[in-house]
Amino acid sequence: MIAANYPALLVLSPLLAAFVNAALIWVDRRLCYPVTILGLAASALCAWKLLLQVLEEGAVSYWFGGWPPPMGIELYIDKLNILVLLVICVVSLVNIVASKRNIHAELGIKDATFYVIYLLFVTGILGVTATADLFNLYVLIEIASLASYGLLAMGNRDRAPWASLNYVFLGVIGASFYLLGVGYLYIMTGSLNMFDVHSLLPSIMGSSAIVVAFVFCLIGVWIKMALFPLHGWLPNAYAYAPVSASRIIAPLMTKVMIYVMIRLMLSVFGYQYVFEDLQLQSFVLILASVAILAGALLALAQQDLTKMLVYIIVCEVGYMVGGAWLGNANGMTGAILHIVNDALMTFALFLVLGNIAYVHKKTSFQDLRGIFGSMPWTMAGFVLAGVSIIGVPPTCGFFSKWYLIVGGIEAGAWIFVAALILSSLASAVLVFRVVEIAFFPAEDEEHGGHGHQEAVLNEAPLPMLGSLGLVGAGLIAVGVWSGFVVQKIIVPFVHQGMS
Amino acid sequence: MKLAGLIIVMICGGLLLTATQDFPAWGDPSSPASTHLSPHFITEALHETGAPNLVTAVLADYRGYDTMFETVVVFGAGLACILLLRTYTQRTRGREYRHIPTGIVIHIQDPNKAPKGQREFQLIDNMWVPHDLIIKTVCRILIPFIQIFGLYVVCHGDFSPGGGFQGGVIFGASLILLALSFDLRTFLEQMSEKALGLLCALGVVIYSGIGCMCILLGGNFLDYSQLAAVLPVDPGHVRALGMLGVEIGVGFSVMSVMAILYVNIASAGRHNQGL
Amino acid sequence: MPDIVTEIIHKYNYWLYIILMMIGLYAMIAKNNLIKKLIGMNIFQTAIILFFISIGYKEDATIPIIVGGHGPEMSHQAIEAAQYMNPLPHVLMLTAIVVSVATLGVALALVIMVYQRYQTLEEDEIRMRVTQ
Repeated sequence: MIAANYPALLVLSPLLAAFVNAALIWVDRRLCYPVTILGLAASALCAWKLLLQVLEEGAVSYWFGGWPPPMGIELYIDKLNILVLLVICVVSLVNIVASKRNIHAELGIKDATFYVIYLLFVTGILGVTATADLFNLYVLIEIASLASYGLLAMGNRDRAPWASLNYVFLGVIGASFYLLGVGYLYIMTGSLNMFDVHSLLPSIMGSSAIVVAFVFCLIGVWIKMALFPLHGWLPNAYAYAPVSASRIIAPLMTKVMIYVMIRLMLSVFGYQYVFEDLQLQSFVLILASVAILAGALLALAQQDLTKMLVYIIVCEVGYMVGGAWLGNANGMTGAILHIVNDALMTFALFLVLGNIAYVHKKTSFQDLRGIFGSMPWTMAGFVLAGVSIIGVPPTCGFFSKWYLIVGGIEAGAWIFVAALILSSLASAVLVFRVVEIAFFPAEDEEHGGHGHQEAVLNEAPLPMLGSLGLVGAGLIAVGVWSGFVVQKIIVPFVHQGMS
Repeated sequence: MKLAGLIIVMICGGLLLTATQDFPAWGDPSSPASTHLSPHFITEALHETGAPNLVTAVLADYRGYDTMFETVVVFGAGLACILLLRTYTQRTRGREYRHIPTGIVIHIQDPNKAPKGQREFQLIDNMWVPHDLIIKTVCRILIPFIQIFGLYVVCHGDFSPGGGFQGGVIFGASLILLALSFDLRTFLEQMSEKALGLLCALGVVIYSGIGCMCILLGGNFLDYSQLAAVLPVDPGHVRALGMLGVEIGVGFSVMSVMAILYVNIASAGRHNQGL
Repeated sequence: MPDIVTEIIHKYNYWLYIILMMIGLYAMIAKNNLIKKLIGMNIFQTAIILFFISIGYKEDATIPIIVGGHGPEMSHQAIEAAQYMNPLPHVLMLTAIVVSVATLGVALALVIMVYQRYQTLEEDEIRMRVTQ
């Protein structure tokens, strides 16, 4: 009975926990935290069971209300989204364990409300990833966005609300463009189920309405994932947010939107339409290369760890968009693998950021001088995540970059390959600059100030360090097992999707 | 900015307009949208769900999962508003009240407390607006009728235009009318913040609870036909009853969230005087 | 030329919705006042709602509520699809309306927070104070 309902329970258990928490706010706020953990853990368990099920029996389809798909709403879990689902569950669970103190320090009495919105955000992105219904996708994008508007605005009182309001304006344009694209698809096909639309499309492929539908869906998703010229909302919104919120939204929101883009390309419009009928490929590849280079350059220009990380996200979005648009199996494999890897890498970097912010309150490079002495474990985590961002084996970042470069060479997209290599160099510079600053203690240049202090061990609390260690181990584990992940999960999907 | 805006708008509008020439003619009964899914909904929904209002049948049954998240959007907006705006630190200046019959002014330190027998006391406040007898009386008479109409719209959603959202909004509007015609404090005495918060959670719990009950009875989430095992009615009406249940849940949530949004936005989260 | 005119006359609903939508989009991009931007956002979303509703329209059809569909004298005559409008776009737009209201609520809350901090709703003034 329960086993048949794993897909539904995966999305619903954080949601139910959110409802229970909303009632508990007014009864006993201390119970909110365990309920949150319970909801997320149940969801992670379902994701794990589903992974086993998908590996054994193939894709799982779940009909809400018992109505068959084109009528009702379907959840469809296959080899593409089960990976993303699992990553979302793990990251959100580890984050809530790691950020309890951050949340308490940043929000005080409002922490219980924060948990509710946090759970709604997780529900939203889980639902976006699991659903097979185009309109349902829109509703869930809006839930995730609404929750992130609320979460992001709770940071720096001076800047966060203003940054978040700009995110609202752009987010609404993005979601509405997507909805408009769905409307154009609906008027031409009369259906909302992704696979049903896919089967109806071949007869009307030549129509300009379908081109416009695709373009608008794509632009909408690009705005939400902050691809370079459309990234305006992201840097401020993430940089001034409370760390406990930004470190779940930053790794997951953009990745989920890339998943949506790949799903639209392969499962709705189809490989042939996207890469052969439309003449968009070279344009998007140039756009992605520009995004990579711009993200890397902007990251180099920053003087603050938070802002630097935020621009690294902009850069990484370019990798995945480019990989997905290379139009060959290696590029697509690299893009999908990079969704998983980048979520983990960004999460690790933001965990480091959270630890530093919790202990030192400030994250500009000047304040980081000599931090290696006081926070050795945190900085070790930073080095590991940084090495993975650069792409050094055996960390996971190497493998996805390898597939991306091989795919780029196969497709003859030399600009993209060059951008990848240049940005890897740039990230090496970024990481080593931070390590250098952190390694050498502050000189007494500002005369009269405090003399050379012996580094006092001032580490973050154990749950934070433990989570960072876990994610760090995950970075290496995913790297070591990436052969398994690619062969068993990604390649079968890519071959099926690109045939 | 204006020029850039104009260019973007022109490009978008042009793209959208060029695509419309491939659309089927407006109102064409043979367009794909009218021939693919909708005939099934129109011809079968009454037999399959027992609800003559096809919009409700599709909303609460075929696409019930969407509607649940629609309620969650509302719920999330209410809580996000509380998270963003609610301030729990009150200014400790206290308030001053004039006892109308005697003219004595008293000072109360705790701004959350009001003197007993409020009608004889008048709050002295620069944001205070004198009450208008006509408005108060008319609203007092009108509000019960609005609320009964709201309940009717919720309960009759299966048969006629209406449903949980519409009814909930009407009910919420009656609460906002109370807050407008009297003041925020009178409203919060009738309906405390805690009550609003609990009601808003209760509504979504009712919706998802009915869905989960269907899982426990052996069906899929929101498969109302499974409720036949616990509801002593004829099986043809079980789905309609399930829909009524979720509509009531939606009504609770929407009603309380409307009030939460109003209260928080009108007083900027301080819950003191308001408009 | 007459082709375009007949095209516009036959599909005037789409032209209207696109014009309305572009007005909203332009207001969101070009207006300086935050409340005007929010109003633009609402016009923008409403235009999309109108678009979907016009998909649901069908000539010579009535609203999708079955006549005599309940009560003791519930008719058992066959229901023809041509008689009633397409209910699906109405359902979708009910959801979209709720989403736009919820977004508006949160956006207003954010505007209040911005106003509390900067004491102004003009975007250029806020930008000036932010960079100071």
